[in-house]
Amino acid sequence: MGSRAPATGLGRDLAVVAAIATAILLLPLGTQSGAALHAVILTLLATVLGQGWNILGGFGGQFSFGNALFFGVGAYAAAVLQMRLGINAWIALPLAAAAGAAVGALVGALAFRYGLKGSYFALVTLAFAEVFRILANMLPFTGGGVGLMLPLDTRAAAMQFASRVGYLYLIGAFAVAGFLLHVWLRHSRFGAWLVAIRDNEAAAAALGVDAFRVKLAAIVLCGALTATSGLFYVQYLHYIDPNIAFGPAFSVEALLGPIVGGMGTVFGPLVGAIVLHALSESTRNLVADVPGVSLALYGAVLIVMVRYMPGGIMGLLRRR
Amino acid sequence: MTMLKAAGLSIRFGGVAAVDGVSLAVPEGELCALIGPNGAGKTTLFALLSGFLAPQSGAVEFDGRTVTGMKPHAICALGLARTFQIVQPFAAQSVRENIAVGAHLRLRSRRDALAFADEVARRVGLAGELDKPASALTIAGRKRLELARALATRPKLLLLDEVLAGLNPQEIDAVVPVVRAIRDSGVTVLMIEHVMRAVMSLADRVLVLAGGRLIAEGPPAAIAADPRVVEAYLGQGTAARLARSGGAP
Repeated sequence: MGSRAPATGLGRDLAVVAAIATAILLLPLGTQSGAALHAVILTLLATVLGQGWNILGGFGGQFSFGNALFFGVGAYAAAVLQMRLGINAWIALPLAAAAGAAVGALVGALAFRYGLKGSYFALVTLAFAEVFRILANMLPFTGGGVGLMLPLDTRAAAMQFASRVGYLYLIGAFAVAGFLLHVWLRHSRFGAWLVAIRDNEAAAAALGVDAFRVKLAAIVLCGALTATSGLFYVQYLHYIDPNIAFGPAFSVEALLGPIVGGMGTVFGPLVGAIVLHALSESTRNLVADVPGVSLALYGAVLIVMVRYMPGGIMGLLRRR
Repeated sequence: MTMLKAAGLSIRFGGVAAVDGVSLAVPEGELCALIGPNGAGKTTLFALLSGFLAPQSGAVEFDGRTVTGMKPHAICALGLARTFQIVQPFAAQSVRENIAVGAHLRLRSRRDALAFADEVARRVGLAGELDKPASALTIAGRKRLELARALATRPKLLLLDEVLAGLNPQEIDAVVPVVRAIRDSGVTVLMIEHVMRAVMSLADRVLVLAGGRLIAEGPPAAIAADPRVVEAYLGQGTAARLARSGGAP
């Protein structure tokens, strides 16, 4: 055995991130089709949502069933800051991330202080998302059930773009930031502690790991990153209401991607988002004439995938 | 200097006094064994000493500081590491990654922690298995891994909970020198152990726990001949019967 430090794969991970970033940059050279770019943008949005969930659920083993909470907080922070307070979207970006982080800290402090785990933690996140959905319906500055319509202002200075390429690069930048966060988790002390807590919290505590603080930091990161996906949603689609923001759809989308792609892996959220979007498109095309059948087929394929690929697609690749 | 001191430690679970007024002191550099029949409260005592349980009364002092009521991770950071009787590996991670979690307590850099894991693995005889997943180790390998992870936190005091249990005689003979080398490197050791052959050859001093109380302490040879200890294991009156029948206990 040599004295050289063992290879950790850091260089390889960074190379893959660079390749993904390059592919996103060069994509408009290949296609200018609005529909194609839209599909890629939605896939990258799902990737960022999945990345946020993966930090806490995949690396930390704390399964959130209410990540729409952070998505919605980011979306509403973006809309309210711009529309009610006249704050520029680029300044709203860090503020929305901070709002997501703060809500993450609140939920984490309550849930982890009292040692909630497993399904109890999942239920608490679900309950918080529901509470925020009701609040968004009631509070005056959120526009209530009508929602908020972000006025059109297609200048890059307002983080709005006339072409989809601008949005592609924006969500691409968020996704790359999410990948770099994942690479850091994979190759840092914090990430090692987080994974140790996931695998055996008592053993981690016996090795000096402060499980409460590490989990709290993880949910703060999860909240901040997920909030940026909410902000992007508002910038791109110009509309948010309580059911979209805090409803179950984005909570489910956030966890499905990483579970299908590979929990706790750096690229699982991307792989999962691509596969799920391709799957939902193809089932929709396959049985376009009977409404509802495509969803049933989508669900059936999902069940088969989760049953036979517990490690997700990344887990399957690694075993081969 | 006293490395570990407990005064009047007690905890009850319902009506059972699992640990009942235990006071003990382990001087720096000693290898001390804690023995006792099943259900004596040995593992509960370890949990009290390492912060996994808070005592209902009594105090724990480690390296000159009162640590009663502190969280396990904070006590570990002060230099008291424990292993678990039922091994608790991070099963999905490699042996190297498992040990690195312990190493990270003192080393921020991932690279340094992984390199230190290699070094610790050599000390406990796991150098050949660094890249294996922890779940692929034999029971003997997992016991070594428990030891390695705790050792990687660079403790001043190690609490070893039956690191030899479940091993065959050859495996025991292989691990005993590892434990001795740890003590010789300056780490104070308090070990729960049932394998008397190992206790006799390793321990400077033996503490005997029965029914939640310390009933005897002394050098291994004296403890093995102590009628109170024999009775704790074999039942009341056994020592006298053995003496009458002329057999040494």
